Amino acid sequence: MTLPTTIPLLGWTWNDLLFLVLAAVLVGTALMVVLGRNIIRSGLWLILCFATLAGLYVLLGNPLVAVAQVLVYMGAIAVLILFAIMLTQTKGGPAALVFHHQAWAAAIAALVLGAVLAIVDGVSGWPLVGPFMRTSTELVATLVFSDFLLAFEIVGVLLLAAVIGGVFLAKREDDQPEQQV
Amino acid sequence: MSQTLEAYLALSAILFAIGTFGFLARRNAIAMLMSIELMLNAVNLSIIAFGAFIPSLNGDAAVIALMVMAVAAAEATVGLAIVIAIYRNRRTPLVDEYTQMSE
Repeated sequence: MTLPTTIPLLGWTWNDLLFLVLAAVLVGTALMVVLGRNIIRSGLWLILCFATLAGLYVLLGNPLVAVAQVLVYMGAIAVLILFAIMLTQTKGGPAALVFHHQAWAAAIAALVLGAVLAIVDGVSGWPLVGPFMRTSTELVATLVFSDFLLAFEIVGVLLLAAVIGGVFLAKREDDQPEQQV
Repeated sequence: MSQTLEAYLALSAILFAIGTFGFLARRNAIAMLMSIELMLNAVNLSIIAFGAFIPSLNGDAAVIALMVMAVAAAEATVGLAIVIAIYRNRRTPLVDEYTQMSE
């Protein structure tokens, strides 16, 4: 049995349906991350948000970046954030006041920024847009080791520096007793 | 219908705005870092969308997105280490209680 090329009642293609579902889940989880009171739940919603983005990258025909998203964001950064949450959890549970008192100003700023970006997106017309193209992993690999070789090496040095800096900053200094504030 | 550059860029704009709000409004330093990750992901989504719909950017966009991911990983490492180091001294992750320099 084969699937029909369009969805029976609505007349959309399957990619449209996938895009709408993934977009809805993405916006919903992002709002849960930002608005949730319990910060551990925010961290768990963040993982789902990253997973939805990996799905969108697959939909955009870019499987290499989707795999990197799963490995780097869901596998490394999300776990790092969850560890940091557990290390800095205060005893009294989640704080009663999650937002600053100026949260209304932040909401206005974010709405204005989103509106400006959406208007620019709508009116620019994008003259260079061509047909949809998948990205082959072979092309990306060739580019990384030819045109972008210097950037690749610099990123390697940057990651090494970040590892050393992270260990140095988070290291407990034995000669200084912990301050109790 | 929705497989257009404009749709992906609009989604990216929404995600970036949500991240901006979280960064400005949350009191917890780790929640602010999570909002920064949301904003970086929004930028990455728009880069990949440009790569998929503009033929001359096809391969370059994926490479740039991978570089952004590496820089984001470095930023998360150092940022969280700083938050943990401050927490060790001040016993709170809330940024509006870091007022030592104004006292």
